[in-house]
Amino acid sequence: MTFFIRFLSTAVLLCATTAYAADIEVPLIIQAHQFVPAEVRVPAGQRIKLLVLNKDDTPEEFESKELNREKIIPAGNRATIFIGPLKPGRYPFFGEFHQSTAQGVVIAE
Amino acid sequence: MLAIALIVFRETLEAALFVGIVAAATRGITGRSRWLALGVGAGVIGSLLLAAMAGEISQLAEGIGQDLLSAVILAVAFLMLAWHVISASRHGMQAAGDARQLGRALSDGSSTPWVLIIAVALSVLREGAETVLFVSGMVAGSGAQSGSATITGTVLGIAVGSATGVVLYLGLSRIPVRRLFLVTNAMVLLLAAAMASQLARSLIQAGLLPSLASPAWNSSAILSMDSPLGAVLHAMLGYDAQPSGMQLVFYASGVALILIGMRLMRPAPRPLSRPSPPPSALA
Repeated sequence: MTFFIRFLSTAVLLCATTAYAADIEVPLIIQAHQFVPAEVRVPAGQRIKLLVLNKDDTPEEFESKELNREKIIPAGNRATIFIGPLKPGRYPFFGEFHQSTAQGVVIAE
Repeated sequence: MLAIALIVFRETLEAALFVGIVAAATRGITGRSRWLALGVGAGVIGSLLLAAMAGEISQLAEGIGQDLLSAVILAVAFLMLAWHVISASRHGMQAAGDARQLGRALSDGSSTPWVLIIAVALSVLREGAETVLFVSGMVAGSGAQSGSATITGTVLGIAVGSATGVVLYLGLSRIPVRRLFLVTNAMVLLLAAAMASQLARSLIQAGLLPSLASPAWNSSAILSMDSPLGAVLHAMLGYDAQPSGMQLVFYASGVALILIGMRLMRPAPRPLSRPSPPPSALA
């Protein structure tokens, strides 16, 4: 129990120190069941605000195992997805509803 | 057609396993099938409404409306499941493990069936809305898939997903009644913890919570989320191949809260035949 309380209070402290960093906004467009750009370069170690616009007339689901994200963007809609802070590396993502064409990667550096 | 069936199957699986566990957890309660059907029906209708409003919801709160809605759904589902575990363990202790007695205790002793109807409806709603959006997009989009292939794929996906839930229910039904409720209560407890972990994920995705260590571990090489076992464990226990630290905090807190609730709600031991002190002694 004391371990648990210590764990929680550490968590709260970490929240307080990381929550107020300014976010970098990165636009991402879905068009013809493809991501534009398909390669998104972002700085490592910072939280990123992905602004996804789905220009298609069908919904798409932004999904990434590596980023641990999953979000539906309805046809003709915008959605915001926060990712990171990321370690340097490649983080592939895809559109689950049109996986054969909708492929992309976030590169943190 | 198979690609469509696979996606629909994945969405259906989670809700079907959920309903299978709840069905096993409520064996012996009169009118159970009727209210399980009510929960599923309400979830399906809710899915259609939610899918119809998806555009509006998505735009809310600067693009995080969907995550906020998921968070609310998951929080309510967690509370319902937690309440069920806490009250079922209380009644279970009193009813000495007899299924019929426990069933009676649950159905007239508390509001548990309502709690579970809501939990079932929310579970179906969560997965159902995604399925409706996906299928309607497939029908609307002038893609390579024909309308009949979409419908066949959808029906196949729902059928196989639901069958998995039925198999789980039948498997659980073989457990002797005395032990069944211990097993199902533990399973509902872990389902609730899984909801808590997913709640954390929604709030992180919305930028409202930090992820802490991200990921806390990576076991996708050992047990991928795409593998059948990974998907089943994800649905039943909240398994995540690359969870964030915050999800682990929520998972552990969810388990701890329910265990504390069970302890607090434990039936009081029979009072000893010692006279209570007079009121003046308290002052």
